[in-house]
Amino acid sequence: MEAVLLTGRTLSQGMGVELGKSSSVYYRSVVTCEMNAEDMRRLGVAPGDPVRIITEHGSVVVRVVEALEEVPQGVIFIPYGPMINAIIGPETHGTGMPSFKGISVKLKVGGTAIPRGPGTQPRGNEEE
Amino acid sequence: MEERRYPEGQGPSQEEMRRSNLEIVTGVTCPFCGCLCDDLEVVIEGGRITNVKNGCAYSLAKYLNYQRERLLKPMVREGEELVAVSLEEAVERAAQILVDSIYPVLYGWSSTSSEAQRLGIELAEEVRGAIDNTSSVCHGPTVEALQELGHPGCTLGQVRNRADLIIYWGSNPLQSHLRHMSRYTIGAVGRWRRGREDRTLIVVDVRKTYTARVADYFIQVEPNKDFELLTALRMALMYEEIEQERVAGVPVEAIEEVAEILRGCEFGALFYGLGLTMSSGKNRNIDAAISLVRDLNRWTKFVMIPMRGHFNVAGANIVFLWQTGYPFAVDFSHGYPRYNPGVTSVIDILSRRESDASLIVASDPVANFPRRAVESLLENPLIVIDPHRTATAERADVVIPSALVGIECKGTAYRMDGVPLKMKKVVDPPPGCLSDEEILHRILEEVRRLRGE
Repeated sequence: MEAVLLTGRTLSQGMGVELGKSSSVYYRSVVTCEMNAEDMRRLGVAPGDPVRIITEHGSVVVRVVEALEEVPQGVIFIPYGPMINAIIGPETHGTGMPSFKGISVKLKVGGTAIPRGPGTQPRGNEEE
Repeated sequence: MEERRYPEGQGPSQEEMRRSNLEIVTGVTCPFCGCLCDDLEVVIEGGRITNVKNGCAYSLAKYLNYQRERLLKPMVREGEELVAVSLEEAVERAAQILVDSIYPVLYGWSSTSSEAQRLGIELAEEVRGAIDNTSSVCHGPTVEALQELGHPGCTLGQVRNRADLIIYWGSNPLQSHLRHMSRYTIGAVGRWRRGREDRTLIVVDVRKTYTARVADYFIQVEPNKDFELLTALRMALMYEEIEQERVAGVPVEAIEEVAEILRGCEFGALFYGLGLTMSSGKNRNIDAAISLVRDLNRWTKFVMIPMRGHFNVAGANIVFLWQTGYPFAVDFSHGYPRYNPGVTSVIDILSRRESDASLIVASDPVANFPRRAVESLLENPLIVIDPHRTATAERADVVIPSALVGIECKGTAYRMDGVPLKMKKVVDPPPGCLSDEEILHRILEEVRRLRGE
């Protein structure tokens, strides 16, 4: 399935930073992918299921939840963090700012999420 | 710890405070987000912070957990391991890396004091490096646009006292700036506005966020289409005909209705977030937003303020500006400051693999940068000055622990509206941990000594 990825701040991600980047609160927040209920049904995934997010810069595995802050169909939301930044492109279009929002991605069901740890950064481009 | 309860409006007596070694510091400025709430009351018992009054969830999380995952000893890398060394040794190693480097990058600077930022720029000039702050990956496009067009702004106090119309565009303060709405906008009781009933809230976002749920008008824009919507709104304001049924997924009637509301307000304030700067269009989205606000001033009074994230990222822009003439992405490789976002900005320098060393102050780029930039950062010697264990500190060659500004050391920070505020020291830092300012001062002295100046 194709989708548009937004990354952003959430309360649990921001508080997780203060609780420590090795904390389970931080880890859980940055491996979460918020999705529209209809998209979850179409993709055949339940809350907690792993989904691989693929961009031209690599892929990472995150866990799906139904968005509490409703996203439209075809849009997914993942909090800022080492997981998702690993597959964001470095192109800044002459502004210094990479595109952290509005990125075209592909979704594939399955995979194993990167384990928790402060030094963790997925290598990207890793295939199953 | 035992919780004490006091009747409404009363605190512990002087005698009680003396006996229990209790101290309450009032008027503390919170070092979390760009709101810089300056009304916190920090309760300290036996040298430890045990409670914070008036703080938001972030503020509480920060003050009650600041001792977690701390870096306590200076360290340098020996092979695969970081080994504890004396501060002098760490400073010497850091200075040596910077002196040996041809083009170092000095990055971070938004979660520290303006005094430290000033010294960082002095150091960048001394070692002929590039210095950039985190606005490069948050409101950098905002700064670029406001340099081109100007920025009709005001203080947050003016918004609280006067604004009857609030717009949050690409910003979700109920997740990011928790007291913004209650202190300054729709919930705030101002001199001429009593609160929610006197103010209209419009939210523009791709998602139906918590903020959108409490809005009077929610406009759901399609991803990457903010520029189109801003342009359509400007057309509707000017009574020009929009020859489409929908723009950016929004029906034209809704756009015209909102334009009518904007024209009719007495004092409007547009708060905009990374929804505008991080998506397609970037600085051009901000250009369009500034133009919209400029147009609105033909009919009414309208201002705009960016929702700044880190507590002193606005200060980083301001200090960079008055020190070098440029607000971020400043390059000293020629011996004088040059500025060209897209070339001298940190992501671009790293992506092109141009730098050969890095100094990171109070930031975690390994967790927050795109992968190619991280790889480049890790290929070269890396110095980290930070209070906390971070992904970047774990990979560094030199790690110098620092004290937390606004908790363990004082300093100046600038609020999102450009108002400078004093940050207080409320408790002592861990033994041996100096402020960023003091550490940078020592590195700068060592660099000058090594260069025989």
